Order: sequence, then C-alpha cells, then structure tokens
Amino acid sequence: MKAAVIRFPGSNCDQDCVLALTELGVTTDYVWHKDTSVAGYDLVVLPGGFSYGDYLRCGAIARFSPIMQAVKEHAADGKLLLGICNGFQILCEAGLLPGALIRNRSLHFVCQHQHVRVEDVANPFLHLCRTGATLRLPIAHGEGGYVADPATIRQLELQGRILLRYVDAGGSALDSANPNGSIESIAGIVNEGRNVFGLMPHPERACDSRLGSDDGRIIFESILSSLGGTGSLDAQEAALPTTSRSLT
Amino acid sequence: MSSTADPAITPALVAKHGLTPDEYERIKTILKREPNYTELGIFSVMWSEHCSYKNSRKELRKFPTTGERVLVKAGEENAGVIDIGDGWAIAFKMESHNHPSAVEPFQGAATGVGGIIRDIFTMGARPVFSLNSLRFGPITGDSANVKTNRRLFAGVVSGIAHYGNCIGIPTIGGEIYFDESYDGNPLVNVFNLGILKHEQIARGAAKGVGNPVFYVGAETGRDGLAGAAFASRDLTEESKEDRPAVQVGDPFREKLLLEACLELLATDAVAGIQDMGAAGLTCSTCETASRGGTGVEIDLAKVPQRETGMTPYETMLSESQERMLIIVKKGHEQTVCDIFAKWDLPYAEVGVVKDDGMMRVLNHGKVVAEIPARQLADEAPLYDREAKAKATPPQLDLAKLPETDNHTALLALLAHPSIASKNWVYRQYDHTVRAGTVVLPGSDSAVFLVREANKLLAATSDCNGLYCSLDPRQGARIAIAEGARNLACAGATPLAVTDNLNFGNPHKPENFWQLRESVEGLAEGCRAFNVPVTGGNVSLYNESPAGAIDPTPTVGMVGLIEDEKHVTSSYFKAQGDAIVLIGGFGNELGASHFLKVVHGQKVGPVPALDFKKERAMHDGLRALIKSHLVKSAHDLSEGGLGVALVESILAHPNPPVLPLGAVIELGDTGLRLDQLLFNETQGRVVLSVKPTDVSTIIMLLELRGIPARRIGTVGGDLLKITANGTTLAWPMAELRTAWYDSIAKAMSA
Repeated sequence: MKAAVIRFPGSNCDQDCVLALTELGVTTDYVWHKDTSVAGYDLVVLPGGFSYGDYLRCGAIARFSPIMQAVKEHAADGKLLLGICNGFQILCEAGLLPGALIRNRSLHFVCQHQHVRVEDVANPFLHLCRTGATLRLPIAHGEGGYVADPATIRQLELQGRILLRYVDAGGSALDSANPNGSIESIAGIVNEGRNVFGLMPHPERACDSRLGSDDGRIIFESILSSLGGTGSLDAQEAALPTTSRSLT
Repeated sequence: MSSTADPAITPALVAKHGLTPDEYERIKTILKREPNYTELGIFSVMWSEHCSYKNSRKELRKFPTTGERVLVKAGEENAGVIDIGDGWAIAFKMESHNHPSAVEPFQGAATGVGGIIRDIFTMGARPVFSLNSLRFGPITGDSANVKTNRRLFAGVVSGIAHYGNCIGIPTIGGEIYFDESYDGNPLVNVFNLGILKHEQIARGAAKGVGNPVFYVGAETGRDGLAGAAFASRDLTEESKEDRPAVQVGDPFREKLLLEACLELLATDAVAGIQDMGAAGLTCSTCETASRGGTGVEIDLAKVPQRETGMTPYETMLSESQERMLIIVKKGHEQTVCDIFAKWDLPYAEVGVVKDDGMMRVLNHGKVVAEIPARQLADEAPLYDREAKAKATPPQLDLAKLPETDNHTALLALLAHPSIASKNWVYRQYDHTVRAGTVVLPGSDSAVFLVREANKLLAATSDCNGLYCSLDPRQGARIAIAEGARNLACAGATPLAVTDNLNFGNPHKPENFWQLRESVEGLAEGCRAFNVPVTGGNVSLYNESPAGAIDPTPTVGMVGLIEDEKHVTSSYFKAQGDAIVLIGGFGNELGASHFLKVVHGQKVGPVPALDFKKERAMHDGLRALIKSHLVKSAHDLSEGGLGVALVESILAHPNPPVLPLGAVIELGDTGLRLDQLLFNETQGRVVLSVKPTDVSTIIMLLELRGIPARRIGTVGGDLLKITANGTTLAWPMAELRTAWYDSIAKAMSA
C-alpha cells in the first residue's frame, strides 16, 4: 500500500500525517500541490492547516490547485481519499462531500481533546471499530461547524454516512459536548461511494500513547486493513471501545 | 548625497529621533561629516534601546553565558544554541512585543510571535513549540480601565492564536498575571524553541567578499516604520498615533518563508542568513556585515516593494514582516531562485558583500547612505545609569491582620484571574499540532516530544511581578528557582535559560536600580542551578501615564527528560493515592497572593530562598521520579498549599470516573489557619504516590535533609482539610466553578 499526503501552501499537518502513516509501515510520499498526478497511490490524504492562508474562505482556494483534478479522478475511481480538518473543508469546497464548515459558534478557535462516537462501521475508514465506540481525538479549528440543508442531513442519516459525532465522555451527543455548533453534532461524514471521508478531528495527532491518546490509530489501521495491508493492532483488541492510555 | 526632498537636520529633528546631542556628535565623529536624513534614521533605530541595549548591556554582562552544552553563546547570533545530545541541539529565545500590543493588541502580539519564530529558523532550526508570558491590568469589574484591559487581553490572545495556529507551531504553555501596574501597558513576551543538528547551525554573517546578497520574503511596505525606536519610549496618550509603527503580520507568508528557508539551508548555497526584525533592512545589513568583518552594499531599487514612491528612509526603516536577508555563495544563485519560486515567494538579488567594512545603501545606483557597519551595529554608546534603591516597602504585621473566612478566601484566590485556570486562553491556541505535546497546557511545565530527535523537553516560563516589585533581587532569584522547580516536577533537568527583562524608563534611578537588582538576582539563580543564559530581550520604557510596571524579569527555562518513564504531570491520578508534602508547612505570608487578593495588600517581606536547600529538593524529587515513585508532582506557588491542592485535584485533562478530591489532615501546626493554607514559603511540592511507597519516599528525602510528610489521601468529591482542630470542606463542583470558569466569565461580561 502507498499513500500520498498533498502539500498545499499553508498545510501544517502534512508532516504529522506522513509520520503517522510511516510509523504504521505505510510508504508515504508528499505530493506538491502544483503536481498533476496521484497515480499509483492507494490512499490520498488532504491534511490540516491553513491552505493558501485560508484567505477568502477555508479551502476555497485550495480546490483550484493543479493537483485537485487528479484527486477528483482518484476519488471517482473509488480509491480512498481522507480529508482531515482543513482537508475536510477542501473536500466540501471541491464538492466531493456535501455541506460546508462554518465559523465555530463560540467565534473562537478551539483546541482540545474531544470524544467522538463511531456511528457507522460499514466503510473502509472505521471498519475495525465497533458501532457506538468512543474515540478521544484532538480537535483544533476555528471553522468546524458542519452545516447542510435539512434534506442533505436526512440523506446522510438514512444512508449511514454520518461516521462520527461529538459526544461527552459518557458517549452522549449532548449540545454541551458539541465544540463548534455542528448540526446533529456531526464530526465526520463519508460520500455516497463510501471512499471519501472528511473529519474535523485529527487522528494523526493521536497515534502515540505518549501523547495522551492513541485512539486515532484505529482509523489508519482500518484503512490499511481494508486495502489488504496488515495492521499492527490485533483485530480482537481493535473491536473494543478504545480507552485512552497516557504516560501521565 | 541627500535627496532634495529630505528635511534639513536640525537639533529638533535629532531629538525627535531619540538621539541625544552627545550621540549626534558621536555619529559625526564616526562619519567624519554630518549625516543625511536617511543616515540619521538608520542611527536612530540601531542605537535605540531595543536594538543596542545601550542602557542595559553593561548589566547583561553579569549573566553566566557559558557551559559545556552551549554551542552558540548569548549575543553571538539571533538565538543561543544548546546541545541536547546525540548530535542534536535546540535554539530558543524569548522576546517582547509590549509596546505594539498596547496600541494594537492583535497585530502587536501576532507579529511578536512571527518575529521570535524567524529568530529561531534563522539559526537553521525547525521551530517546534512556543510559550508566552503575558501581563495585563485587572479584567474583572466595570471601569473604563478594566474594559480596556479585557480588550487588550482578548486581542493579544487572538493575535497569538492567529499567528501560531496558522503557521502550525503549537503554543503549549506559559503564564499570565493580572495586576494594576500593567494597566494600559500590557506585557507580551513570546518564546519559541527549534530543533537542529549540530552541523545545521546557520550564521548571520556576511562572509565571502563578492558573494551576492539576496532579499527573500514579503515585499517591503510602509508598516512598522521605526518600530524599534517607538518601543524605546514611554507609552503616552499620544502613543495611539504611533499605530503606523505597529507591523502587520501574515502567518501564511511566514509559513512559506519558513519552509523555503529550511529547504534552502539544507543545500550548500547559504553563506549567511539574517531575519529582518526590528529595524528591518537596516539591522540585517549592518549586523551581517559587522559579524562577517566585511561590508555590504545594497541597492534599494532592487528591493521588492508593495507600495510605490517609498523613500530610502522609509525602505530602510520599514519593519514589514516575513522578510530575510541571505548571503548566497557565489555560483549558487539559481538554487535560491528555484526554491523561492517553488514557494511563490518574492526574491531579489539586491547587493554584494564588500571588503571595506561599510554598509553602503544605493538607490538606483546613487549612494544614499554610507556608514561603517561595525560602529553602527556594535558601537552604540553604552550608559551607566544612576541607580537608587527604592524605599523599603511596607511589611506585614501578622498580629494586626484580621482573620477572614478561609472557605471564601480559597474560592476568591481560585477565581482570581492570575490563579484561575487559563483554559479560556490555551483552548484558543493549537497546542497539539506537530504531534508531540506530552503534557498539555495547565501543568507545571509543558512537555514536548521532539520526534525528529526522539528527545523529551520540558519548558516553563516564570516571574512573580509582585515579589519583584517588593524586592527585585529576591523576586528574580525566585523566578529562576521556580522555573527549575517546575522542571523538576516534570521529571526534567534544567539545561538553560532565556530571559525577558521588562522594566520602566531606565532614566529614572529607581527603575534602573530594579533592573540592576533583578539582573544580579537572575545571575545568582543561574549560577546556583548551573544554567547559562542563552539570550533574551530587554524591554524598557514600560510606563503609562499612571507610572511604571512592576519589574518583570521573565524567565523561560528549558529542561531535558532522560526517559519517557520520567515524564510527570501536576494532577492527581487515582483514588486512594497518598498525598505527600515536601518542604514543610512554611509560614511566610508576606508578598502572598492571599494578602493581595483577600486583603488588598501588596506588602513584604518576600519569602526567603536558600539555593542549596532548593536545589537539594529538586535533586531529591528527580531521584524519586527516576525510581518511579511519583505519580504527580505540583509545586506550591501563588496561593500556597490551598491552591496547590485544588489544582492537583482539578487539572486532570481526562479525569477518571472516580472523583479525585482529597482528604487532608494537617494536625495541630501552631500556625494561623490562613497562614498555614496560603503562605508562599519556597521549596515546596505536593506529590501523589502509592500508599505503599510513602515510607520509602520520606526516608529517601530525609537522607537528603529534606522534610516530607504524608498529609492525606486522594479521593471523594470534596476537598476536606482538617487542621488545628477545625475542618473545612469544599465540594469539587464549587472549586471547579471558581477555578475553571472565572476567566471565561470575566471575558463574557
């Protein structure tokens, strides 16, 4: 399996994504935004950051990058595409996922460890999880409020395409546990083909137990295993709701 | 040589540039003629306190700056460099942006962050984390001052968040105090640390006569004109009119500049590199020439400009952000062009290294300024200012201090913004990017795993301005001791220190005395803990019409944790653990936050400090941590034992289901209850440990002559303290509301 992490000007989680994938044994390359091909890659990652300074609107300029035509073709071929944080915003701007991400309702940037609940596992990104499991993942964004029209939300719901919701430590999707005002506490969604996943939390920052949580690994492990690679997690262990382990 | 549009040089114009008649004479001696308008501007910024340290340099020489780990000494380059083993090194520094933040908090703070990050990657290091140390006037209440303070606080925090978050460098810790002395004169001290291999250290010297000089990064505009000179004056009502002296930052541009420069430095193309910070093109040109023992000639017509019709004076004095000067090895020009074109950044060959020692500035080939570089950069006049000790401050008379309700007093202390949780602040900072933050903000020290090097670093910033206002020498000594103590609590051994000296106008003898006392106190502390000063910053003229700030010599200290198993955080971990107090009950209530917050008194004496005992305690604590006997360690500082216990109870970022309250039995101590709970005697730490380890721990500490005793047990949903036959109890929810929510509450008022 080979992965590509796209580097837009202003991407700042590209190095973290490459590190997380490499440490799982995945051959991972940076692909420059001015390039025009992602041929040969099984997984393409649009990393977090402030592509093009997030000027105009988050992700609004990145979608015009030369590489994006190749990324769209990659997705149209049914190959896996993962957009994290700014990458999720770019996927929405590029029309690869429905809806949009708007300013947090607090009007402040918010960075914290956040519990999210796995809502659906019938997809390549979370199939090693159990439905209802909670993951504790870092979030860090100023524009993470997911919005879409009611018909779209209904469709996402019916098709099992809401993959992650913000919840409290007990797993309840209470409004008080919603860090940004997303509709239906939505933290991540998948496209109809179930091969394009966008999420606001940062799994790549939670792949090492020394950092307070390694709950993000299961997302990369799921991708790896769905592509026929071997994950380092025991499937039995992975299926359990994960508990955060920490050095401190 | 002067352009016809330039104003004539009059004594009034010289004075307006902040230069004294003596300094003007010295300029004439150096030039052997009268300066023109551009040259006058150049001297005024280079000889400002901000660039020349002319009022503080003699004092700064008192700092210890050498040590076996020092690879680049303080003052040699943009930042000092310290060896951390296995061929890896760190470059770190703290710098102030106080004046700009006072008139334009968002951009002032943002460009402060941008500036310190440039200082670090100029050294060839990849910046990996930031800290900040902030001071504001009070933010609770309704007065006009308070509203201004809230606006400044909110603006500074969003400015830091804006810049740091966008550039993708985590802001993982720091400290914030609120006090009347900072009304209208906030302090914004920002710290950055970068990682590099020994062989990657880059130098800011113009080496190699004939080498081309490149300008890279953002275009020059009229922003930040003579900001360094602005920062070297008192703040007045009219300072608002200096808003054009505040720069405007673009973190996106700096992110590109950072990546492009590191990519370029990894090639063999660079002979020297210098960022354009304070005094912009002026400073970078004459400093590189001075360090290289060479001359530099540039032509301003070749400098990328974002505005038309800029005069040489404006171009030389602009502090536009996100720019660098690079001395390129001849023959490698194309490498520079390719990399900067790839990153879509402006670049231009603007000059050449000469052998004549001159900084020569041309405009379309015509000389507009010509100054000996070394004399401009390094030979500003140095002053011995008059120092006069301040009158002894009022001292506490404990017998006359009325007893108050201690239940309420603890809640008042917890809710005071200086002590309350800073979550409202650090949740706005991206503190997890770069996937290395091991101990999150809110503990004694931030701990960061530098993945490139597989090294664990702990970092802290400390300074109690209240102590320093009452006794600047002792306050400075304690700032170092507290930094070292915070690192010891994290399981780290201190490596080195950066400092940011924030004081009032040095022409006032009492202010200068405070500066001198503080520097000597810091120097004593550095020697006691064997930590060299690697660099820092001096910010004088921190005066508003109401007077000078409390002296604030901020200390940024970095330590190394040898093994990941030694990483220790400040909060309790599990019910049933034993609570151990190291260092005794203490009894010094002078200069305490209890007196300030509950009794409205800023009175001495400042607590005593015995470096030998303090260091023995740190060594003892580290030995316990290395033996895996410590589950949490939290130092006692503002608010004493009472506040330290609450912080240990509440600070867990992911608390377990069973609550982490505490039952504390202090027995009959012979102290007043307020004195027992809130005194700030130094050298004390609260631990949580396995109950079965208590006797071992006490014995090991006693062997080193350090008093320790078990004072209670973790568990329950109360903090319950029994002492002198009285029991006090606070539900955790009540403590949490006071401590966790009070800054957010103040800011939503």
